[in-house]
Amino acid sequence: MEPYPSSLASTVTDTGRPSIEFNNVRLGFDEGEILRGVTFSAQERETVILLGETGTGKTLLLKLASGLLRPDSGSIQVLGKDISGMTESELLEIRRQIGFVFQEGALFDSLTVGENVAYRLYEDGLGDDEIQPLVKEVLRFVELAHTIDSLPSELSGGMRRRVAIARALIARPPIVLYDSPTAGLDPITSQTIISLILRLRDVYGVTALLATHRLQDGFALANFHFDPQSKKVRRNSPTEHSRVAPTRFLVLRAGKIYFEGSPDDMMKSQDPYLQRFLI
Amino acid sequence: MEVLQDLAKTSVLKVQNYSKLSFQSITNLATGPRYMQDTLDQMDDIGVGSLPIVLLSGFFIGAVMVLQTGTQFERFGQASLTGDIVSLALVRELGPSITGLLVAGRCSSGIASELGSMLVTEQVDAMRAMGTDPSRKLVTPRVLASLITLPLLTTISVFVGLIGGMVASVLSLRINATTFWERAIKILEFSDIMQGFSKTVVFAFILATVGCYQGLNVRGGTQGVGRATTQAVVVSSVLIIVSDTFLTKLALYLADKFF
Repeated sequence: MEPYPSSLASTVTDTGRPSIEFNNVRLGFDEGEILRGVTFSAQERETVILLGETGTGKTLLLKLASGLLRPDSGSIQVLGKDISGMTESELLEIRRQIGFVFQEGALFDSLTVGENVAYRLYEDGLGDDEIQPLVKEVLRFVELAHTIDSLPSELSGGMRRRVAIARALIARPPIVLYDSPTAGLDPITSQTIISLILRLRDVYGVTALLATHRLQDGFALANFHFDPQSKKVRRNSPTEHSRVAPTRFLVLRAGKIYFEGSPDDMMKSQDPYLQRFLI
Repeated sequence: MEVLQDLAKTSVLKVQNYSKLSFQSITNLATGPRYMQDTLDQMDDIGVGSLPIVLLSGFFIGAVMVLQTGTQFERFGQASLTGDIVSLALVRELGPSITGLLVAGRCSSGIASELGSMLVTEQVDAMRAMGTDPSRKLVTPRVLASLITLPLLTTISVFVGLIGGMVASVLSLRINATTFWERAIKILEFSDIMQGFSKTVVFAFILATVGCYQGLNVRGGTQGVGRATTQAVVVSSVLIIVSDTFLTKLALYLADKFF
C-alpha cells in the first residue's frame, strides 16, 4: 500500500545519461526496514538534494551508492555498472570513481592534512613529486593551503569539512557524495561549504548526491552558480537557469521517495509535509 | 528457547566472521597491494614498544622460578638441577605463554581500541570509500608484525629469564654461574625449542587477529570501543591459555614420535 500520494513525484527532464540509478532498492536492519523500494536516478552533472528528517535513510542512500552497503533487494547502477552484486574487490575499483564527503569529515586523525588529502594518490602508487603539486592545488581550491602540515585535531569543524572535500576531489572523481556537509556548522561556515560545492560542480562538472535536512542548502545550489571569469558565486539570472547544472530535490519519508522535483516544484507545492520544510 | 537459538546463531556468526577475517589476513599476503611501511610501523609498536615489559618480567620470572624450584631441589641435594628445570620451563612454556599474555594485554587492547575508534569515526568507511581494503591496510600489517616480533620477543624474554635465574641461583643457592648456564643450555633439545617457537607463532596470530576483529566489530560508539578493548584482552588471553594446552599435548606427541 502506498502511504503517500504518488502524484507528488514529478517527471524530471533528462540532462544526459544517468550516472547513478536506484531501482526499487530495499534495505533493512534488525530494527526494521529503512528503505522500502527507492527508485530514482541522477543524471550526469546533475545535483540531487536528498532531503528528509533524521533517520529517513539519506546517509544509507549515499552508502549504497558508493557500495559501502549492499541492498537487500533492488539494483543500483553507478556509471553504467550494476554495483549491487559486485564483490568487495570489484567495488574498490568503482569507489575510485566516487568522492565521498562524510558528515564529520572522517579524516584520518593520525595523518596530517596534506597526507589525508594525498591518501588516494599514495594508494595509487604515485610519487611524491607528482603528489605534492596536486595536494597544494586542491588545498588552495578549498582555501586551506596553509594547513598542509596541521593535524585534523588542530582544525575547526568547518575546516575539517573543507579538507574532506579536498580529499574527495583530489582524484577528480566524476561523482561526489556529500553526507550533510553543513550539519552542525554556523551559517557563515555553512555558506562557505556550499560555495565550495558550487565551485566543485561548476568548475569540474561533477554529478552529486547531497544529503541534508537544510532546505536552504538545496536552494543555494539551485539558484547560484560559480562564475569562473569573475571567480565569484553569482545568483542565476533567468537566462542562465537553462545553462547552469540542474539541481533536483528528492524528499524521503518513511523509507520511500515522497517528492521528486525541481526547486520550483518544491516551492509551489501545497503539500502540508513539504510545507514544513519551507517554513 | 528463542533466546538460546539467537545466542547460538550470534556465536556461530561471530566465529564465522572471525575465521573469515583471520583467513583473509593471511591470504592478503599472496596478492598486492602490500603495506610494508605500515607493517614496519606496527613492528615498532608491537615489538619495540613491548620490549621493556618483556625484559622486566622475563628477568624476574626466571629469578622466581629459581627461588621456587631451587629450595625444593636443595632438600634432595640436587640444587644443580635448577638450571635444567628453569631452562626447560622457560623455553617450552613460560617464555612463550607469559610473553604472549603480556603482549596480548598491551597490544591486543591497543589494536582493538585503535581500530574501534577508526570505525566509530567513519575512518574505516572513508578508507573503503577511497578504494582501500581495510583488511589489507589495517589487519594484515598488524598480524604480520605480530608474527615476526612475538618469536623475537619470546627469545629475548627466555634469554633474560635465564640471566635472572642465574643471578638468583648464584645469590640464593650459591650455584656456580657457569654450571647453571652450562646445564641450562645442555638440557635443551631441538624439540623443546620448536615447541616454544610454534607456540609463539600461534599466540601472535591469536592476539593480533582477536584485537583486529574486536576493533572492526565495535557497536555502540565510544562505549563500544571500551567494551571491545576489554573483550580483546579477555578473549585473546583465554584463547592463548586454552591453545597452549592443546599445543603442549601436540608438541609432546610429535616429539615422542619423531625426535
